[in-house]
This record gives sequence, structure tokens and C-alpha cells, in this order.
Amino acid sequence: MTSFLDILLYIQIALCAPCLYRIIRGPTIPDRMVGIDIFGILVVGICGIITVQTGKAFILDIGIAWVILSFIGTLTLAKYLSGKKLNE
Amino acid sequence: MRYVTIFILSLVFWLLITFKFTVPDIAAGAVASAITAAIFGRYYFHNVYKFLQPRRWFWFVVYLVTFIWACIKANFDVAYRVLHPAMPIRPGIVKVKTTLRSDFAKTLLANSITMTPGTITVDIIGDDIYIHWIYIRSEDPAQYTSMVTGRFEEYIKKFAE
Amino acid sequence: MAAIILISIGVIFNIFGCIGLIRLPDMYNRLQAATKCVTLGCCSILVGVMVHYGLGGAGFRALVAIPILFFTATVAAHALVRGAYHFGTKMDERSVKDDYMEAVK
Repeated sequence: MTSFLDILLYIQIALCAPCLYRIIRGPTIPDRMVGIDIFGILVVGICGIITVQTGKAFILDIGIAWVILSFIGTLTLAKYLSGKKLNE
Repeated sequence: MRYVTIFILSLVFWLLITFKFTVPDIAAGAVASAITAAIFGRYYFHNVYKFLQPRRWFWFVVYLVTFIWACIKANFDVAYRVLHPAMPIRPGIVKVKTTLRSDFAKTLLANSITMTPGTITVDIIGDDIYIHWIYIRSEDPAQYTSMVTGRFEEYIKKFAE
Repeated sequence: MAAIILISIGVIFNIFGCIGLIRLPDMYNRLQAATKCVTLGCCSILVGVMVHYGLGGAGFRALVAIPILFFTATVAAHALVRGAYHFGTKMDERSVKDDYMEAVK
């Protein structure tokens, strides 16, 4: 059972590769930002699986904080894209 | 009254997150919730008595079940389009009219549209919602309006207006 | 055991989302596929965590994380697609309709 969880964890970590591919290769700037946004959501899944695997509940708190910080980061990038100041 | 509502919601959220019921924890949560309520209380919940009507909670549960079912359907839709060798896509941005009035209801409708099969909200200008659709099924505005907003609009109108 | 099944379903959905991120032709379609699949996949993983712990401390934490994830993911996608349109990202040549163009001008 634990080894199966290990496999799931490795798959979930390997899924960061398409996001990195999109960040490095993406033809335009918005493509790269899509990569960053999806990367932020995937990390929450990694935190969830590590929580079940190790039994330490505080890792889930890292996931929650990561969601909110990634949300703020994406909003800032979107503001930059639409060419507005940050206080609008 | 709305300060009290946002204070109670923040405190419940704090207790769910920490899940320790000793006196120092609850005191810290109460102080944090009071600061939150003092700063942000002006912006939300213009009519808090809506929280006390059971009819609205019933329609909220119906909306939630429909929403989760639409999410699961959306995932299989995306999986089909991604895994099909020819990628059957026909994207475009369409304009849909809504009859909802309040900002909160419009936000909920936009979020629901984002999670339903094949659609994502681009912008809301007045009563018009602009939607990017991955496979436009029909050209007739009345037909695609009912396809996109579906039953969400009537449910949201029943519990959030 | 139910927790393992839910986590597996979540990981499979994440795989679909990441395939979409690579294969689809333009930015709007990629964002659409990836946001939907990855958000529901991570929610499924968190439901698995909740089932594994029961309704104790960590279970409630996972339950609180689910609505936060839904709201932030949808609002971030909305802001990103709007910003990309104003930035001037071209849509794919297979696109058939663009009603937003008149509204922006």
C-alpha cells in the first residue's frame, strides 16, 4: 500500500515536467503564465499525497498557504498582462 | 450586524483550520477575527438576514450537487478532447446575456461557467458575459445561452438574489 | 483503501490536464483544459486525504482547502484569460467566432 502511494507521488511530481516544458518553451508570455498557474495547483496535490504518506498533518497547511500565495502571484501576473497599475 | 456575521464566519474558519479548543487558541482566533471584521466588514453581506432563510439553504444544496456533477462531466469532456487523435475543437468567444442583478450572484455564475464542460468566462460587462467555448455547438444565441448557463442561473437566482 | 482509490483518480485527472497543456494549440484552450482537470484532480486528492484521516483535525483542514482551491483556481483562470486577451494573444486559426472584439474597442 505504501509503495503504491510512492508510485502515485512520483507520477504527481513527474507531472511538473509538462508545466516546466510550457514555461521554458511557450511561444508567448501568456503561455508561460499558464504553466506557472498550473504548477502552483499541482504542488497542492503533492502536499496532499505526502500528508497521507508520512502522517504529518502540518504539510497540509503548507498546501493551503501555497494555494493562496500562488493565487496572489497569478493575479499580479494577470494585472501585468493587461497593462494596468497594481492599484486599479 | 454584518460585522457580527463576518466575525462569526472568520472564527469558524479559524477553528476548522487549527482544530484546537484550548483557551489561548480561541482567544488568538477571536482577536484575528475581530481585526478582520473591523477592516473588511464594510464590503460584504449587505443583507445578512438572507442567511437565516432555510429555503435558500435548500436551493444552495441543490446547486452544489448540480455543480459537482457538471465538474465531473467537464473532466471527461476535456479528457475526450485531449486524447482524441484529431482533437475535435472549434473554439470561439460568445456573448451571453444574464438576468442576475447582484454582483455576488454574477460572480457565482461566472465561477460555475468556468467549471462546466468546455467553457471559461473571459469578462463581465454590465449584463453581458463573454465566454470562451472550446467547441461551439450552435450559432443561435438563444440556444447557446440556455446551453451555457443551463440550470445554474435559476438556482443561483433562487438562493443568492 | 477508499482513500487510495480517490487519490489515484485525482492523479489520473492530473495526467489528462497535463497532456492537454502540451497538446492543445493555443493559450485559451490550454488554460481551459489544464485548469479544469488539475483543479478537480487536486480536489479529489484532498477528498482522499479527508477520507484517510476521518473528520479529525487534518480531515477538516483538507475539507477547508477544497473550496479555497476552487475559488482561487477559477478566479485566477478568469483574470489570466482576460489579461491575455488584452495583451493581444492570437486565437487559433480554427476559431469560428469572436464576440469580445467589439466590446473591447
